[in-house]
Amino acid sequence: MGAFKLGKMTFGSLFKKPETVLYPVVTKPQPMGLKGHIELEASECILCGACERGCPAGAITVDKANRTWANNRLRCVQCGYCITVCPKTCLDMDPNYAPAALEQGVDVYQVPVQEKAAKKTAVKETVSSEKQPKASSEAKATPSKPAADSGVVKAAADEAPATRMRDEQLESLIGLMPEEKADKVRAALGVTID
Amino acid sequence: MSKKTIIPFGPQHPVLPEPLHLDLVVEDEVVLEAMPQIGFIHRGLERLVQTKDYNQFIYVAERICGICAFGHSMGYAETVERLMGVEIPKRAEYLRVIWHELSRIHSHILWLGLAADAFGHEALFMHCWRLRERVLDLFEKTTGGRVIFSVVKVGGVQRDIDRSMLEEFIRVLEGIKDEYAQICDAFLKDPSVINRTAGVGVISTEDALNLSMVGPFARASNVTYDVRSLGNGAYGDLSDFQPITSTNCDCYARMEVRAAEVLQSIDIIKELADKIPKGEIAVPVKGNPAEGSEACNVVEQPRGECYYYAKGNGTKYLDRMRMRTPTSQNLAGMALALKGCDVADVNMIVLTIDPCISCTER
Repeated sequence: MGAFKLGKMTFGSLFKKPETVLYPVVTKPQPMGLKGHIELEASECILCGACERGCPAGAITVDKANRTWANNRLRCVQCGYCITVCPKTCLDMDPNYAPAALEQGVDVYQVPVQEKAAKKTAVKETVSSEKQPKASSEAKATPSKPAADSGVVKAAADEAPATRMRDEQLESLIGLMPEEKADKVRAALGVTID
Repeated sequence: MSKKTIIPFGPQHPVLPEPLHLDLVVEDEVVLEAMPQIGFIHRGLERLVQTKDYNQFIYVAERICGICAFGHSMGYAETVERLMGVEIPKRAEYLRVIWHELSRIHSHILWLGLAADAFGHEALFMHCWRLRERVLDLFEKTTGGRVIFSVVKVGGVQRDIDRSMLEEFIRVLEGIKDEYAQICDAFLKDPSVINRTAGVGVISTEDALNLSMVGPFARASNVTYDVRSLGNGAYGDLSDFQPITSTNCDCYARMEVRAAEVLQSIDIIKELADKIPKGEIAVPVKGNPAEGSEACNVVEQPRGECYYYAKGNGTKYLDRMRMRTPTSQNLAGMALALKGCDVADVNMIVLTIDPCISCTER
């Protein structure tokens, strides 16, 4: 009988802890070199477009006129080719998986004007369409445990106009949620609308 | 005179890892003939060489199949290196072979699990895949990915494995040998498994040679052909390599061959980890393939011999990239093995060719 051939292993399974982990409540430690998602160091970027031409999946969009660098997270296959072709080595592979999202997330980075001009600090926004940033989104309204930091908006120096725009965009989505959930999400994201 | 019926098998079937359609002409529970039909997962990947340059295409090539992903990236890179006359460092060759043999281990253990699932032994399936997780953890630590690695590039490899990591490889692989031996016992010595697999789907050596079968499918019919004996890359530095064959020519033999190949791969990795030279892991590759240049390459993937052909036209886009994958070669053998079997054995026979249909129709 097959059970007896596997008897030792089966009996051992009764007493060993399970192989699986309760993801996303518990996560396995991620090795350093894990291909999680691509991060841009916006202050180093020169908007040359080498990554856009190199990307095999067509996930990156570089808009020199508006000084934005956008990565479509769903199309990105985390191959790392953009990192190899970037002349300024401002791209990096972050070993955290991008969190699950409700919509196709396109991360748009605002690349600041370099050196001599007045420095605007980098502000990261999330929009839901590829080419035209619309006033909707926050696909990461309910971030899952592992990579909470990468999906959330980072603080910036000239906060007021940027955060107000962000709050309005968030509120347009949060307003559609049921009341209790909406309050929790507002608190978690720090959205204040007066 | 009994009536013949046609039973459609697939494209969605629990036993198939990828979609394949068979029209089984059945008379009274005996299959007279099987007509395979493919095309459900054709994605036109070979056409993409015209729009992605030879550096970008490696990421497409490794996504042809999830199970033999590394084999395709290695085979493609080697072919383009031959096309452009690039010689990669020795250390890169060793690293590629180490990862490829690890890929073979993971693929065979995956197949053993699917075979167990095919004859109903789900607990054995789960144990096999649990062992496979150890191998995937090794991949994750060294390449950053569990299934698609993106670690090979034209000119070498992108990441290195240092001494301590190689020792961990060997430690982990030795550690799974005990449980692996129990799993092999459950496959090869269990009377109920033997009932389901012995004498089923017999293909004689002569038929195997006539139909040009490749891989463990052919080696189970006593065809002594393994591309690793040719000695390409780091395979040439192995002290002794003998293809594993079996004379039984049935499904049981195919299980035997694959189960033994895992142990052989562990030995190969140990030997190469000891012998690996120090040095660079990649050379820069500049320029484009010359106009009218051609190159071909063979790789022994877990499923058999995979043949690559590349043609350049002077630009950074290849003119043609053709991959003749092992399963497309084995489909004829499968159709022959299905003649005369019971309908209940169709599952087992289809699975024993280790079908990788996404490789077959890229």
